[in-house]
Amino acid sequence: MNLHEYQAKRLFAEHGVPIPQGDVASTPAEAREITRELGGKVVVKAQVLTGGRGKAGGVKLANTADEAEALAKQILGMDIKGFKVRRVLIDKQAPGIDQEIYLAVLIDRGRRLPMIMASAAGGMDIEEVAEKTPEKIITAHIEPALGVRGYQTTYIASQIDLPRELWRDFHKIVAGLYECFKRNDASLTEINPLVITGEGKLLAVDGKMSIDDNALSRQSRLGEMRDVAEEPEAEREARLTGINFIKLDGNIGCMVNGAGLAMTTMDIIKLFGGDPANFLDIGGGAKSDQVATGLRLILSDPNVEAVLINIFGGITRGDEVAKGILQALDEVQTNVPMVVRLAGTNAKEGRAILADASMETADTLSEAARKAVAAAAEVTKANQE
Amino acid sequence: MSILVDKNTRLVVQGITGREGSFHTQQMVAFGTNVVAGVTPGKGGQWFETDSQKIPIFDSVKKAVEATGANASVIFVPARFATDAIYEASDAGIPLVVCLTEYIPVLDMIEVRSYLDSKQTRLLGPNCPGLITPGQCKVGIIPGSIVKPGNVGVVSKSGTLTYEVVYALTERGIGQSTCVGIGGDPIQGTDFIDVLQMFEEDPETEQVIMIGEIGGNAEEKAAAYIAQHMSKRVTSFIAGRTAPPGRRMGHAGAIVEGRSGTAESKIKALNDAGVRVADNPDNIVDLVMSS
Repeated sequence: MNLHEYQAKRLFAEHGVPIPQGDVASTPAEAREITRELGGKVVVKAQVLTGGRGKAGGVKLANTADEAEALAKQILGMDIKGFKVRRVLIDKQAPGIDQEIYLAVLIDRGRRLPMIMASAAGGMDIEEVAEKTPEKIITAHIEPALGVRGYQTTYIASQIDLPRELWRDFHKIVAGLYECFKRNDASLTEINPLVITGEGKLLAVDGKMSIDDNALSRQSRLGEMRDVAEEPEAEREARLTGINFIKLDGNIGCMVNGAGLAMTTMDIIKLFGGDPANFLDIGGGAKSDQVATGLRLILSDPNVEAVLINIFGGITRGDEVAKGILQALDEVQTNVPMVVRLAGTNAKEGRAILADASMETADTLSEAARKAVAAAAEVTKANQE
Repeated sequence: MSILVDKNTRLVVQGITGREGSFHTQQMVAFGTNVVAGVTPGKGGQWFETDSQKIPIFDSVKKAVEATGANASVIFVPARFATDAIYEASDAGIPLVVCLTEYIPVLDMIEVRSYLDSKQTRLLGPNCPGLITPGQCKVGIIPGSIVKPGNVGVVSKSGTLTYEVVYALTERGIGQSTCVGIGGDPIQGTDFIDVLQMFEEDPETEQVIMIGEIGGNAEEKAAAYIAQHMSKRVTSFIAGRTAPPGRRMGHAGAIVEGRSGTAESKIKALNDAGVRVADNPDNIVDLVMSS
């Protein structure tokens, strides 16, 4: 789960990371009031869960409360990469910026440890820096039992040419960022940029934070921070039902058990010239209710012109799946063509149930994909005529 | 021969009385696995009955090991108790611990890995389907009906996708030495390289199938290992070529982050290492059969 900038920065601040004074507004009038309280020069920043806000015109400087109100009016409601701006963060402008630093704590999967990553090339796309000038990225791994050690931040500070008088503050910021990472079960805490202001102080001007979904059950405060307005309706319903669903742009809906097989089913649809409408993993041991919900979610997408159901039973039983499909078709009236492929545990029983209901079936994944692609193409053609 | 589990495996099931634990214990026993004990705190002294035998239940793994000489464990307990179960099994001296539990927080797994570095215990998983040596022993949930004894080693991050491939092998008459599911979480007990090395050293394994997916760089590292250390032929498949970046595709680890973890990068690394990569799981068997 990703947090908004204002949420991330508030959490950073709880661990001693200096952030600009500011507050969140959801109306231009609020933006005006906040700016007045901050005493003028502010930056108005769109709060959406995507990158590239600046380029899209979602981050603007204002010198007066009037200007801030006008800019908030302009930015609120704006569409940035498919995300509607519902809130703006009004931050006091940093008093002059001398240098921009990149600083993050993340997980290094290869070394299986949290890692500090820093660069003097802050404010830029860090992936681009890593690709073009990898020597500008400085890293240090954190042993959980030891935490962030002084020698590590000294090493990083010296490598990124941070002025000597800021090393102590820098250590506190790195240690605070890691503490924030650990306490909140984050998979990423990132400050980009961490600036040196004209007054010679470090300030976290922008913040980003991702939370490990597996830890949300013990991070109830963070769970409440989830911006449900930014989550598509179908994905929210799926999440609450325990189904893994991600909407895509194609026209062939898929329902599969297991994440690897679900990805593969999408890949094979593409391989045979089709375009998947979603990723959907109904999970292990799925019961007929979940299957029915999954199918309903798929069919709620108006782009779907055919559905491919691919179930390889291990824990999941073929007859349960077959019952779920028929149950869903009772609830949702549809004439979208469907192809069902069942294999593994109780597949024979499942196929018999489907055969009685005269559903289209397939023996292999390739055959199922070919049939689904052909069925979708026919629907597309019929719609054009 | 085979790797990790065989006829000599003496298994203890942690969480034997739970819904999944009891169902799959029945399945494992039916397959021929020697399940010697179960553990459910508070139910010590009771028995778990299968169609063919009675399995003693203990309050702790330590007691189960002392009484039965268990040398492998499988964990079917919910996520909030799972890391404790791993520590308990390792502390009781069990050399192989297979953890099927999904949704263990990453930071907890980092601590587990760090702890296990100084122990003799090998962990497989978490969030994995377990492993199976056809004709001898199954630990976990891979369906016993789809495997056949033979000489192809299978290692995979996925569950059902593995079944798909193994089933296709069996249908075409190709048996397997051992099939190992390492799981799809970002931090795993056992990785591709560990298993590839075991297959390389196992005289019964003639060639290997490696099934990967997007996210991380374990496949790229495995490719480098294969190029340098493997004499046996490796065939591969990578799931997630059409997955959109930045979205977690079910498995916690299956996510393309920025430019890293893409299928293209993995396929290229494998091709460069001389590994043939199928574009469709139905074709893997053709590649395995071709000389």
